[in-house]
Amino acid sequence: MENLIGLFLNSVFVGNILLSYFLGMCSFVAVSKNMDTAIGLGFAVVFVLSITAPVNWLVFKYLLSPGALRWVGLESVDLSFLKFITFIAVIAAIVQMVEMVIDRYSPTLYMALGVFLPLIAVNCAILGASLFMVERNYSFIETIIFGFGSGVGWLMAIASMAAIRIKMRYANVPAGLEGFGITMIMTGLMAMGFMLFSGITL
Amino acid sequence: MKMTQSPTFKAFSEPLVKNNPVFIQSLGICSALAVTVQLKTAIVMALAMTSVTAFSNLTISAMRNVIPRNVRMIVELSVIASLVILADEILRAYFYDISKQLSVFVGLIITNCIVMGRAETYALGNPPIRSFMDGLGNGAGYGLVLVTVAFIRELFGAGKLLGFPVVPQFFYDHGYMNMGFMQLAPAAFIIIGLLVWLQKSIVKG
Repeated sequence: MENLIGLFLNSVFVGNILLSYFLGMCSFVAVSKNMDTAIGLGFAVVFVLSITAPVNWLVFKYLLSPGALRWVGLESVDLSFLKFITFIAVIAAIVQMVEMVIDRYSPTLYMALGVFLPLIAVNCAILGASLFMVERNYSFIETIIFGFGSGVGWLMAIASMAAIRIKMRYANVPAGLEGFGITMIMTGLMAMGFMLFSGITL
Repeated sequence: MKMTQSPTFKAFSEPLVKNNPVFIQSLGICSALAVTVQLKTAIVMALAMTSVTAFSNLTISAMRNVIPRNVRMIVELSVIASLVILADEILRAYFYDISKQLSVFVGLIITNCIVMGRAETYALGNPPIRSFMDGLGNGAGYGLVLVTVAFIRELFGAGKLLGFPVVPQFFYDHGYMNMGFMQLAPAAFIIIGLLVWLQKSIVKG
């Protein structure tokens, strides 16, 4: 149990998927200009990550990993090289399904998240989390925690970035540095803040 | 017409500095910065990225007249994903320890916005050879950024380049110290920010 709490805190703060692994930068820079959209996209990422990471774990465990096809009598088959294309297909399919389900059952949620869902299919953070879970040999429970925690970490990073950028409107940024340049530097400073948690172990 | 004026050459040269995909279009900074702690991994990553972008542009451009408009995303993704699998397998076969260090980041080329973006905006509307050059240029422009960042980080962070010590012992004897901060993630963000500043000042002036 403590191990799982530690994993959660680690994926939110120290191993923040955006600030220490640089995943999901494109949408982070593009969408953090506006608070509402930033939070909307953040929640959509949490949502999609919590679903795709466990599903990809099952796909990898029972279809792709070496010897996984034992149940159909193919003991020596190793399909793990197909993981990139399979994961991205699974993610795209899930995003599509989630979009349709939300559209059908919760129009208000669809209004809030709908426009972001297609964007998310190609967000590096989603694929990255699935690949990390394979590389680090997480168990199923750990994968659920890791997927959710990474999403929360991403949400926190983009929400705080949007807040800082609102303040930055009144700041006097040197010519040439405004826009993308200063955003990168602010992200760096924020990453330093998140790294302060790295001494904490549970 | 001079060689440097031809559209094919321009497709290659413009994205290098003037219209650099990272600085100007702010695409593709995702993921790959994580491999810039060392120069060696950054160079391998840049090469992998350039070949994937170039060949995906070539393939998609060659098929551009037969791809139905509404499923083009899926076609693009499968072309890119197949090329990335190829790149990953080649790295594993010939550069096993580097491919271990690159870990998941080769796979993440699939979701790199540059590859997808060039396929979508350029390859779907231009002939194959020119698209190939455009992919080569964008990959190289991206690689240039990656290698520059890695150069700065390895030089100041570890006092080495490509694994060889370059800062003389004499400096260390007189109190010079490696900057541990350069090895950490925040340094990469800050270096990119400063490089954008530099690039903008040069291009404007």
